[in-house]
Amino acid sequence: MAVNVRIPQPLQKITGGKELVEAEGSTVKDLIEDLEKKFPGIKGRICDDAGKVRRFINIYVNEEDIRFSSGDATALKEGDEVSIIPAIAGGR
Amino acid sequence: MALRDDQIERYSRQILLPQVGGKGQEKLLAAKVLIIGVGGLGSPVAAYLAGAGVGTIGIIDSDKVEMNNLHRQIIYTGDDIGRSKAEVAKERLIKMNSDIKVNAHVLRLCSDNALNIIKDYDIVVDGSDNFPTRYLVNDACVLLGKPLVHGAFFRVDGQAMVIKPKEGPCYRCMFSEPPPPGAVPSCQEAGVLGALAGTIGLIQATETIKLILGIGEPLIGKLIIYSSMEMSFRKVKVPKDPECPVCGQHPSVTKLIDYEQFCGINKKEAK
Repeated sequence: MAVNVRIPQPLQKITGGKELVEAEGSTVKDLIEDLEKKFPGIKGRICDDAGKVRRFINIYVNEEDIRFSSGDATALKEGDEVSIIPAIAGGR
Repeated sequence: MALRDDQIERYSRQILLPQVGGKGQEKLLAAKVLIIGVGGLGSPVAAYLAGAGVGTIGIIDSDKVEMNNLHRQIIYTGDDIGRSKAEVAKERLIKMNSDIKVNAHVLRLCSDNALNIIKDYDIVVDGSDNFPTRYLVNDACVLLGKPLVHGAFFRVDGQAMVIKPKEGPCYRCMFSEPPPPGAVPSCQEAGVLGALAGTIGLIQATETIKLILGIGEPLIGKLIIYSSMEMSFRKVKVPKDPECPVCGQHPSVTKLIDYEQFCGINKKEAK
């Protein structure tokens, strides 16, 4: 099942500059594995060594933060949009 | 406090709005807003709040104006290079609107001075450029119960949110920990589109004015994400985290901490 994934600026180097990519998976966890297959190195930027999503990155399925649904087991359905949002600090 | 004739003339185009009116203008003139950092975000925030007649504007910045600031930090000119940003900003804002009071705080906000400075203001706008200051400002605002207007950018993307302690989530509810040092390049290293800083700054200025006037739907519990390349705005929900260390049910942060240590920055390396 293909869903659109929004890649944040800091990770777009890995996706060849693309902000919007397609990936497959029935859960967020599967989706991250599929992203890793398509864009090697991306998983290590999103998840820590234990495979958990890093604390300064949030993943949203549509408008909802997966931390408040089922974490990386959150189910995906056709047409969902997944956003990966890191903490950013620029202001100067 | 009745409006003078010159004030009615100066602010007439916003007094005309049903959302503002004379009463709203009086609220703006009575408001005290603190802007942390007068850089890419703080410059447009300060300019528009001064224009709107926010009666007391505090500005904190310890930096001096540099040539490479001018492409985005619109309240400075080439003549200001080398001068204190907070002092130049004060002069400029008073020139724009002599009706307001501007406090220039030429210092770096830290755990020792934050509560004392912030307590005198009604609303805080975060235009800082580093994680230790952002977590410090968040925690100080939560501890004091002051609304905080968050904004941040990275290259060609930006974010903004309103943090209203007790009512909605705080920055830590969204990101419980900062990225490790070096994981995210700074503006100095990564660059930024000047106009993008303006867009995010103006979202912050707009949200600040809405909070003062009590109008519209503030960005509480919602993060707005702006992509300048796609020219798209999206909103995601930010729930209040019951486990939040500063505003959760059992907070572990009850006073300000060492934020450079929290962000993994060795003090000797920190600027």
